[in-house]
Amino acid sequence: MTIDLRFDEPIVYPPDPDIPEELVAIVHTTRDEIVTWIAAAVGSLAATWLVYERLTPLSGGFGFLVFWWALFNVLTWYLARVQWGAVRAHDQVVRVWITSAAAIALIPLIAVIVSIATKGYHALSWRFLTRDMSSTSSSAPISQGGIGHAILGTLEIVGLATVISVPLGVITAVYLNEVGGRMARPVRMLTDAMSAVPSIVCGLFIYATLIQPGYVHLSGWAGALALSILMLPTVTRTTEVVLRLVPGGLREASFALGATDWRTTRSVVLPTARSGLVTSAILGVARVIGETAPLLLTIFGAFTFAGNPFGDRQEALPHFIYGQYQQSQGPGTPADLRMWSAALVLLFLVLFVFVTARFPTSRGYVFAGTATALFCLWRFESTSAAIGAPITLTLIAVSAMAVALAKRARRRSHSSKGVLV
Amino acid sequence: MTLVSDAASHAAPTNDAISRASTLTAQGVSAWFGSHKVLERVSLDMLANQVTALIGPSGCGKSTFLRILNRMHELVPSARLAGNIALDGQDIYRSAAPVTEIRRRIGMVFQKPNPFPAMSVAENVVSGLKLCGMKVERSHKDELVETCLQKAGLWNEVKNRLDANGGALSGGQQQRLCIARSLAVRPDVLLMDEPCSALDPTSTHRIEETIAELRDDVTIVIVTHNMQQAQRVSHYCAFFLAAENEPGRIVEAGTTDKIFSEPDDPRTLDYVRGRFG
Amino acid sequence: MSIDGGGLLLQAPAHYKFDDDVPMVVVTQRTAADELYRAGARAAGAITLGLMGLIGFFLLYRSREAFSSAGWRFFTEQRWSPPNAFGIAALLVGTIVIAVVALVVAFPIAAGTALYITEYAPLRVRRPLTSLVDLLAAIPSLIYGIWGAAVLSGRVANVSRFFADHFSWVRLPALQLSFWHWYRPFQTVSNAGFTASSMLAGIVVALMVLPICTAIMREVFSQAPQGERESALALGGTRWGVIRDVVLPFGKGGMIGGAMLGLGRALGETIAVAIIISPKFDIHSLLQPLQTGGNSIAAHIALRWPEQSAGGVPTSSLMAAGLVLFVMTLAVNMVASLVVARSRSGSATEI
Repeated sequence: MTIDLRFDEPIVYPPDPDIPEELVAIVHTTRDEIVTWIAAAVGSLAATWLVYERLTPLSGGFGFLVFWWALFNVLTWYLARVQWGAVRAHDQVVRVWITSAAAIALIPLIAVIVSIATKGYHALSWRFLTRDMSSTSSSAPISQGGIGHAILGTLEIVGLATVISVPLGVITAVYLNEVGGRMARPVRMLTDAMSAVPSIVCGLFIYATLIQPGYVHLSGWAGALALSILMLPTVTRTTEVVLRLVPGGLREASFALGATDWRTTRSVVLPTARSGLVTSAILGVARVIGETAPLLLTIFGAFTFAGNPFGDRQEALPHFIYGQYQQSQGPGTPADLRMWSAALVLLFLVLFVFVTARFPTSRGYVFAGTATALFCLWRFESTSAAIGAPITLTLIAVSAMAVALAKRARRRSHSSKGVLV
Repeated sequence: MTLVSDAASHAAPTNDAISRASTLTAQGVSAWFGSHKVLERVSLDMLANQVTALIGPSGCGKSTFLRILNRMHELVPSARLAGNIALDGQDIYRSAAPVTEIRRRIGMVFQKPNPFPAMSVAENVVSGLKLCGMKVERSHKDELVETCLQKAGLWNEVKNRLDANGGALSGGQQQRLCIARSLAVRPDVLLMDEPCSALDPTSTHRIEETIAELRDDVTIVIVTHNMQQAQRVSHYCAFFLAAENEPGRIVEAGTTDKIFSEPDDPRTLDYVRGRFG
Repeated sequence: MSIDGGGLLLQAPAHYKFDDDVPMVVVTQRTAADELYRAGARAAGAITLGLMGLIGFFLLYRSREAFSSAGWRFFTEQRWSPPNAFGIAALLVGTIVIAVVALVVAFPIAAGTALYITEYAPLRVRRPLTSLVDLLAAIPSLIYGIWGAAVLSGRVANVSRFFADHFSWVRLPALQLSFWHWYRPFQTVSNAGFTASSMLAGIVVALMVLPICTAIMREVFSQAPQGERESALALGGTRWGVIRDVVLPFGKGGMIGGAMLGLGRALGETIAVAIIISPKFDIHSLLQPLQTGGNSIAAHIALRWPEQSAGGVPTSSLMAAGLVLFVMTLAVNMVASLVVARSRSGSATEI
């Protein structure tokens, strides 16, 4: 028997169905690398302890961390170099740097949220949210008075600003993206520039044009006008991005059916971009809801509930917080406690708006609704269960409705996908 | 007859008042994008109730020519053109008729199906009425939806889900939905820009059937790269060709039988036999 | 219906003249409603243009009283006691010092975060991480301000004191306590000289600048051509090699532009700075950011407004300060937008 070895022809192995297919596991970080990091971390920790605590008279947690981190870098580089050479050693060190930078970026976010929550939590109560400061001095204990008037003022002022700038911003974006013309380039450029106008300058502008000549008094209305200037570029730009995502084929189809420009925009472009438009409005709200500087120049502040933004003196949440900061006599005093609690409420509002804009899915609403409801139940059960229970139920109902609406909007429109905010 | 017609006169297309087709004439049509000339003095008659196929290799100006026919060409900022295009003898570029009315009378179906995603199937069909500002009664509307979907050969497939999103249909169904949408505004001419190039053979077959049924109602101009399709659906054929760095021209036009069996020009024969292009 | 009708099919009929093969003027006739719609949209665009013009005009108009009172000394005077002597010089220096500190802190972190998101992060982590960094921008500056004053202040003062104690021998005005010290550790015992400083204000402003810089850089980095990335990897390059040879050269313009957009924001930040700093008006000491005290135009306006809003030269002087701030941020942002726009293809700025 002769063995026929023909190397000039490819050898084809017939597939064997009995051998199960096996997925190849792609390893991004090898075991060697992990071991190296652990070794570097432990080694540098020991060395840091030795140097920092024993050999030099240095102290302090922050310095310890910095020293440890620096040593960790050196050790990682050395270990990598010994094992794999200089090129990969550089790679390892840069990887440590970049990962550290990303971690550092998130530390303040967590720190701010945690410290506002822990400081503001104690004084928060149902009464605090619903009463005003009309018969309470700033040094009166926290159990008296509240921020209901400031919440009402903020909602009204931001609502008015939204009513002004969302239609204007959407129409401007329609001009930029649908109508166009010679003016489009400068408008786009100035919208960019406008988004960088310092907020205090917006306040100065409203003061200079409307308040100083006496057309408008210091009021919620003036504050709303200042905020709407801040909001306008945000709404315009995000809307423009959303409109750009509407496929051009839809416009052509509409024109080919004999539609006018106006009908194309109203019946095809805007409905297709619907959920994106909601997002851009919410982002506009998020931009201005915490703004303080323009309000310092345009609203007067107040101690009582005031419902009419055009006539009454109104208070706004950021303005209130700044006022309490100025009156604060030190940590733990009533004004200080009020400041932190009001800041927590403001932070909660901002987070809610942000989550709504970012995750317009049913899950986000369920999460926010349930969290709010649970918090209310838990927090307010002792003080006023009679009020708390119906409100909780309402919140759950509202979030359920929001779920339904969000689902509907999502089914109807697929333009919000990939909208960068 | 005039191009400008009272909006009320075509208010409610119904079964018994089926649109009569018109002849579309192009004479000496040239087109430019910026200073680049893409089409050179094209003249072609597209006869009423006939299907005219425009064939030729890519980049020879077929689609540009088609878009000139219902004034979609001018939507491109740098686009210019010369020549005469007349619908039943009325020049569509120089008459006083609003451009929207011209586009309503000369409908268009695009290469890629593009139903409006924010509307249901039924809403898509009647979307043209809304977009043209035509008022139709509700009962008429339902009737119109059914008529148009039937003409487009889609009624049996979607009659139970008229409220579904237009994007939920398959590619072939979407394209037929777009045809139905175009029919709802009662066009005289229907331009089709490679309507089957994004579809599978079965869907293509359904659309070809639809075209065959429609030619009693409208004049059809279709751009296609598929020789067999041109042979199957069209009565007349125009062969476009662009030499290197030159604008596209019509090499030859005539009945489909003649173009495919014994064309005058050897280049046409080469193309229809698949020898180049 | 007969298919036979070939004679009707025209091609270049004899009676038709083709001499006029020149583009025609196409008039797009529009309905009245359409014209109204286009006019309305155009008007909305004009409002944006007009608003920016009006802001500049009215600030200039309201500040003419201050300018005529102070003249050119407005730009050289350090003190601020209107209506007698007031000027923007110290405020301008203080603003720039805070902005520079903010940028020095924010830039490396932003670049690292952007690179981590585009190059290192697993796909699952990318979107949440981006959202979290954007959330940093959503938190109101007021909240950063009170947090910085209450929580961060002590820690930054510790670090500032450490730097001042151990590195004051470095001949750098930014670090030294006085003009010349030789190395003398443990010189100071208390943090009192290092609170409410430009350093602290700069770090807090950095938190607000960080998300903007990160967003711009992330976008530019992610546009680095995939083909070049892959070819660098296919040559056996490490990830750092890809970043160094492909991503960073491609994203250079975006990094500079992003940093400048951040600078624009840092210059205009108001309330956080107003809460943190204790104002001072001496250029020499403003140049030492570790020490107590600092200033910025925006914060100055907010702090002085209650006592100077009664009208006359005092109010006008604050309007003049606002005008300087407006012009400065506008200039920085215009340049930044140009740089960013040049560094990427087509798509508009998204912050």
